Amino acid sequence: MNRYPLWKYLLLLAVLAAGVLYALPNVFGQQPAVQVSLESGDAPDAQLAQRVERILDNAGMAPQSVNLEEGRLLALYQGTGTQLKAAGELKRELGDDYVVALNLAPSTPEWLRAIGAEPMALGLDLRGGVHFLMEVDMETVFNNTYDRYARDVPRFLRDESIRYTRASRDGDAVRIEFPSAEAMNEAEDALASQFDVLEFSEAPEAENTLVGTLTETEAQRINDFALEQNLTTLRNRVNELGVAEPIVQRQGESRIVVELPGVQDTAEAKRLLGKTATLEYRLVARGRDAQAAERTGNVPEGTELYHTRDGQPILLQEEVIASGDQLVDASSGIDQQSGSPAVFVTLDGQAASNMFDVTSSHVGDPMAVLFTENKINTRYEDGEEIREREKIEEVISVATINGVFGKRFQTTGLGRNEAHDLALLLRAGALAAPVNIVEERTIGPSLGADNIAQGRNAVIVGFLLVIVFMAVYYRGFGLFANAALIMNLILVVALLSLLQATLTLPGIAGIVLTIGMAVDANVLIFERIREELDGGNTPQSAIKSGYDKAFSSIADANITTLIAAVVLFGFGTGPVKGFAVTLSLGILTSMFTAIVGTRAIANLVYGRKRRLQSLSI
Amino acid sequence: MRLIKPDTSIDFVAYAKYALVLSALLIVVSIVSFSMEKLTFGIDFTGGVIVEVGYPEAVELQKVRDALAEGEFPDATVQHFGTSDSVMIRLAPEEGADSSDVSTRVMDALDVEDSAAELRRVEFVGPQVGDELVNKGGLALLYTVIAILIYVIVRFHWKLAAGAVAALVHDITITLGVFSLFHLDFDLTVLAALLAVLGYSLNDTIVVFDRIRENFRRMRKATPMEVVNASVNQTLARTLMTSGTTILTLLALFFLGGEVIHGFATALLIGIVIGTFSSIFVASVLALKLDVTSQDLFPPREEDAEKASRVTR
Repeated sequence: MNRYPLWKYLLLLAVLAAGVLYALPNVFGQQPAVQVSLESGDAPDAQLAQRVERILDNAGMAPQSVNLEEGRLLALYQGTGTQLKAAGELKRELGDDYVVALNLAPSTPEWLRAIGAEPMALGLDLRGGVHFLMEVDMETVFNNTYDRYARDVPRFLRDESIRYTRASRDGDAVRIEFPSAEAMNEAEDALASQFDVLEFSEAPEAENTLVGTLTETEAQRINDFALEQNLTTLRNRVNELGVAEPIVQRQGESRIVVELPGVQDTAEAKRLLGKTATLEYRLVARGRDAQAAERTGNVPEGTELYHTRDGQPILLQEEVIASGDQLVDASSGIDQQSGSPAVFVTLDGQAASNMFDVTSSHVGDPMAVLFTENKINTRYEDGEEIREREKIEEVISVATINGVFGKRFQTTGLGRNEAHDLALLLRAGALAAPVNIVEERTIGPSLGADNIAQGRNAVIVGFLLVIVFMAVYYRGFGLFANAALIMNLILVVALLSLLQATLTLPGIAGIVLTIGMAVDANVLIFERIREELDGGNTPQSAIKSGYDKAFSSIADANITTLIAAVVLFGFGTGPVKGFAVTLSLGILTSMFTAIVGTRAIANLVYGRKRRLQSLSI
Repeated sequence: MRLIKPDTSIDFVAYAKYALVLSALLIVVSIVSFSMEKLTFGIDFTGGVIVEVGYPEAVELQKVRDALAEGEFPDATVQHFGTSDSVMIRLAPEEGADSSDVSTRVMDALDVEDSAAELRRVEFVGPQVGDELVNKGGLALLYTVIAILIYVIVRFHWKLAAGAVAALVHDITITLGVFSLFHLDFDLTVLAALLAVLGYSLNDTIVVFDRIRENFRRMRKATPMEVVNASVNQTLARTLMTSGTTILTLLALFFLGGEVIHGFATALLIGIVIGTFSSIFVASVLALKLDVTSQDLFPPREEDAEKASRVTR
């Protein structure tokens, strides 16, 4: 007899019910929304929600609802017209500390959201947007680092009165030549205790020569730091763009993925992301006429001519007090004493002692921040990369030195927005490593919509073709398989939604492919049952041995496909990964639905009939 | 309904001679085509720029080419993409053009001619990324084959594993050959499809192997050749059915899935047809040529040996 215990039916129903529930949000579609998040990355609170509601109410653009979720605030609308106007209003009223962006919010009913059911996220190829792969130029980072040590090491030796004949940078190493072995040995000990991030060893090919290289941990730290710094800066810049759900993510040792859904103006995005900047604190040259210098072109010795942001000429001392790579932190806030907006800056040790020396003797003098932006243009000639730099220099801040300071100081006398901008620029200037775009993919919104429509059509048509084919070929059992196939599709969608996997076009292809392959298990079983019937078995025992004997083939076959899918996942990037995910999920769910699901139905239909004469197969 | 009659008994091993000749021929053609034409790698692998532009109505390619030539892109390849109102522009990376704003400048060049043009897609891949992908892609194929080889050796026997892997190499070579011969674009999605073909073709082969193992147990007096023939015949209906349903869905993808997924569907369609052929004629026949016997799958005195091996291992 072919009977299933009750619990198996209940398990199946429970899985199916859960599948339906979690797949359901995908049916409801999306509605326009205005998204508000904090520039600082903090989560918005209920207070902000009330403020947003008040602003919108006052402007006569009351939203359908205002929801707080996962670090952002969404004001939902029915149409895109009001959405656009509301976004403009909020941008004006809330000011620069907030990121206001247009978004599409899933219109999932409250009761579904309560159980954590959300629709699948759509990939860039389906919703439109820009994908950048950026590479941090680590060579430059390490060049700068070794250049710095090639300056610091000899300075230290002079301070310690250790004689050396020559010190220079030699590729990825600092090379110091000594007049004698004694001097070298003395230096080796002293250097080892002073520069613990460098490893010193005697050069094999030259006498009395030390070679210092970065320790592996230090090299790794510098690498990570450069990448983290870039990540932070890129996040800030992406915020400037006002994108709803941006992704700025580390990939491997030196790369960063930036995804900007919905962004169409790639030129603007690239301009913002591709620029690198440095800054320098310098004293303003006092008592010199900058106007005259510009007019005549006669720049006094020891000074350089620059311009402020509003185009005024200004003369700066050549000497740099502190530079961007020595800047540890810069943030805007409110000065405790005066209560006015201020920018707080923190410097590293070397720059702090420099700053202390300079400010000690220059209280009352003006100090300027020179901002240098390097835009990198990469082009390719005969398969080789050629990079060109374009340099934009301007003075972004001039402030009077009010006292002696070193590691920490603040700049006051700025407007709120000014302080905010200056802090942002300072942080951007702290960016030590230039980045290059090595890959770009832009999908227009119409293409995204086309891709969704085409993907949906392919799934529906493929599905119908298989269903008709199965029903015609296997009749009754074909219908069982079709029920399992529908359940399989529901389960795949439910799992993808539950995992919050991103659905891409290749992902849809994976779903279509699994439909075709999911019936394989059933084909194996049904062909077995037919064989058993042909061999003269009774229908009941044919069902039983059909399922039993087919199992080993099904398991073997699916495991091998799974192996391919797992390798695909490990190797693939973005879209290809999506394909691997849907394929693997499809294989797993199809084994469940095709074996347990169809068996349950077959048992229900045929299992109780003692004198079963024939099967509809 | 049945496509294959229950008592079908085709002498596949006998036909395999002709099939192997055909396979050998296809492989030779593929390799020759390979070495002469190479593969038309998409920009995923070569690096370069693709710009897809949509027009409100059908557009003449010559007009687009002229507009681009007037700009700074005389070497751009321009072709229709799917429909006549959609145009795809390809630029090689060696062009000497500044990569980071090529798309902007392409649009500028086109706007001169027709301001209704709409940017649908831009893909820019730097050459170093492309090189990495070629390496990683090749490795992925290799790893998949090795992982599968190990699985089949453990589950079956090395002779069958050799047959299975030969069939896989056969499928991949011929599929790549078709891509090379017809100058079809080989991009990242096609590589993904190839990996899926590996999985699929093996799936087919394993089902046959499973039956061979079972039949060696049941048909004690039969020769290995008879066993292989019986196994291929018994699984024939299933092999054709599954290929059939998969091909149906792939046809849906091919015709309805849009241009972006076209290469993917093409590769899978070719791969599955070849894969079905190879699992019928190549995999088990090769194992047979390696003298696979009942003893390989079941050591002599089956039960005792099995028990003994459990104890000693």
